[in-house]
Amino acid sequence: MQDTPDLGDRGGAVCVIGAGASGLTAIKNLRELGFAVDCYERETSVGGAWNWRHDRSPVSAGTHLVTSRPLTEFPDFPMPDTWPDYPHHSRVLEYLERYAGHFGLSDHIWYGMEVVSVVPAGDGRWDVTINSTGGGSSRVQRYAAVVIANGHHWSPVSPEIPGDFSGQVIHAAGYKDPSRLRDRRVLVIGGGNTGCDIAVEAAQHAERVWHSTRRGYWYGPKYIGDRPADQVRHRKGPAWLRERRYRRAAADLTRWGVPAPEHAPFESHPVVNGLLPEYLRHGRIEAVPDVSRYDGKAVELTDGRRIEPHLVITATGYRPRFDFLAPELLDIDERGRPDLHLHVFARKHPTLAVVGLVQPDAGLFPLAHWQSVAVARWLRLHGTDPERASAVQREESQRPLASWSRRRVVPTRRHWFEVDHVDYLRTVESLLSRLEGVK
Amino acid sequence: MSEILRFRDWAEPVPPAAREVVSKLPEADEGRPPLLFVPGLGHGGWAFAEHWLGHVAARGFPAHAVTPRAGGDLRAQAHDVVQVAASLPRQAVLIGHGTGARVVARALGRYPARAAVLVAPVLDGWAALGAALRSNPAGTVPALAGGRLRFSARQLFGANVPAEEAAAHLERIGARPRADLFGRADLPEPVGGPPVLVAGSPDDRVVPRAALDRAAARYGGAPLLFPGMGHYLMLEPSWAEPIDAVLDWLLKEL
Repeated sequence: MQDTPDLGDRGGAVCVIGAGASGLTAIKNLRELGFAVDCYERETSVGGAWNWRHDRSPVSAGTHLVTSRPLTEFPDFPMPDTWPDYPHHSRVLEYLERYAGHFGLSDHIWYGMEVVSVVPAGDGRWDVTINSTGGGSSRVQRYAAVVIANGHHWSPVSPEIPGDFSGQVIHAAGYKDPSRLRDRRVLVIGGGNTGCDIAVEAAQHAERVWHSTRRGYWYGPKYIGDRPADQVRHRKGPAWLRERRYRRAAADLTRWGVPAPEHAPFESHPVVNGLLPEYLRHGRIEAVPDVSRYDGKAVELTDGRRIEPHLVITATGYRPRFDFLAPELLDIDERGRPDLHLHVFARKHPTLAVVGLVQPDAGLFPLAHWQSVAVARWLRLHGTDPERASAVQREESQRPLASWSRRRVVPTRRHWFEVDHVDYLRTVESLLSRLEGVK
Repeated sequence: MSEILRFRDWAEPVPPAAREVVSKLPEADEGRPPLLFVPGLGHGGWAFAEHWLGHVAARGFPAHAVTPRAGGDLRAQAHDVVQVAASLPRQAVLIGHGTGARVVARALGRYPARAAVLVAPVLDGWAALGAALRSNPAGTVPALAGGRLRFSARQLFGANVPAEEAAAHLERIGARPRADLFGRADLPEPVGGPPVLVAGSPDDRVVPRAALDRAAARYGGAPLLFPGMGHYLMLEPSWAEPIDAVLDWLLKEL
């Protein structure tokens, strides 16, 4: 990449923040519509969360996809059909690298550059301050639009547990491989996909494993018969039938001390783990309730039991962070939750958008792809036909929230961005039809 | 059918299958996009390997020809083309011949090609069937009842192809047509808006001139014509003329 000290005003160019999966598809789709794009990536390679070399990557050695290939790949760049149904994370990275290479995206990415501030410059344009992560140079560039694709799985959230613990506590983000579990007593806190994955690895390597969850979940299998479960779920049929199929396939683990879910399937983010039920049934994982406090070598549970793990792993999720801009630009509330149209478009700033900030019940890449197609067409329309753009904006403001956002969910941070991918894609499709003909 | 909600692909993805790919690479990589040739009914990648692949590589473009799975329907064949295209290091140019052009047209709805060329395209099966009945009734009628389609040299090749050469090619061309390769279903809008060129011969007895015009109009252009040639432009003595014109067009569009 060339190193120009100051390009200053970048005219109609769009700034993309981050070169993970969402950023890459944003670059590709903006380029496809003819936009000049500068993408800034703080790391020195693509892949974001899926690049295990990145210090903010949450993946561990054993991470595999929990959604199968057809529901995970970009819709216009399939993964090789000879790959396994649920590829390993290293293959996902390889896929993203090939995507970047295939569409020549690296020519538009500035590596080792971190966006530290995004400020409205008036007239809908943006002043973006970029720092070199190696220290030293800093510069300000003006862009016609900013597309944020900085991911939401990199800033760990740890539970606040009172008391002192003399053992070791780490967040799942810092868990990289099972060697640190070997022959130790391990408590895993958190019933999401990560918590379950780590509990299973602990069952294979640790001396003793407790798995603490606050509530019951639906634990779905990876396969139903010889077909990936998510493919079976998408067979034609009414929604109730699909839900019944899922209820039947999900494991009932109440006999092994796991609380029964108090919500319907898909009112919490689906957990896909075919091994967890096996290890619970084998007695290698002991289900325990929430943790109430630490007390020296012991951890006290809400049912009054005391256990003495060597290692506590908190798989308690991540928070979205947009430190580089004023919270009101994305209507971020005091808890840190942005309020965006379709989880994408800033409500008061037509040239500011976020791609990839959704939690679908399927792979994220297809949604990020269609989001960025919509963003690109919207920006094009906004730039060329302001009258039609405001007509589209008026129509969009009438769109009921319930049509695209899953409203009946367990009210936790985990589910801020939860969407049903079919409802969501249907909505994006109708937005795209409103933007039809934009080239 | 929605291009966004793909229940069929989600629930029943096309299973993997063996795909034969023939490749000829230029001596030095000049950063040009790879060309991926897709044969139509009854022949395989060999038809392109005969002359075109080597010529394309000599002009600096990586050249590949895929033979989609035998017996695959249109969906499976388009899947094979997209799989091979996505496996190439750069965004590919898709070039389909005959019913292979229909496979390419379908693949264009799924893969943002750098550009596309439809050579003597059979996009409208009914027009092709009418033409076949006119020029070769004895070979065509049995196929209507599910039998084998028998071509004649006069039907497939121009007048300047030596008889024994035409006979040798005919030996290798044989097809049992599948209804869906001939259907008239709507072709998808190409994703990513690639430039699309239609090329053919006004003297082609498989694809009538009017069908060439319609195909070109569908993609917003006029056909590039090579009078005197037959359907198999890549196997005729003047094979260099159409492929050179296609490459010139490509250089202008890129």
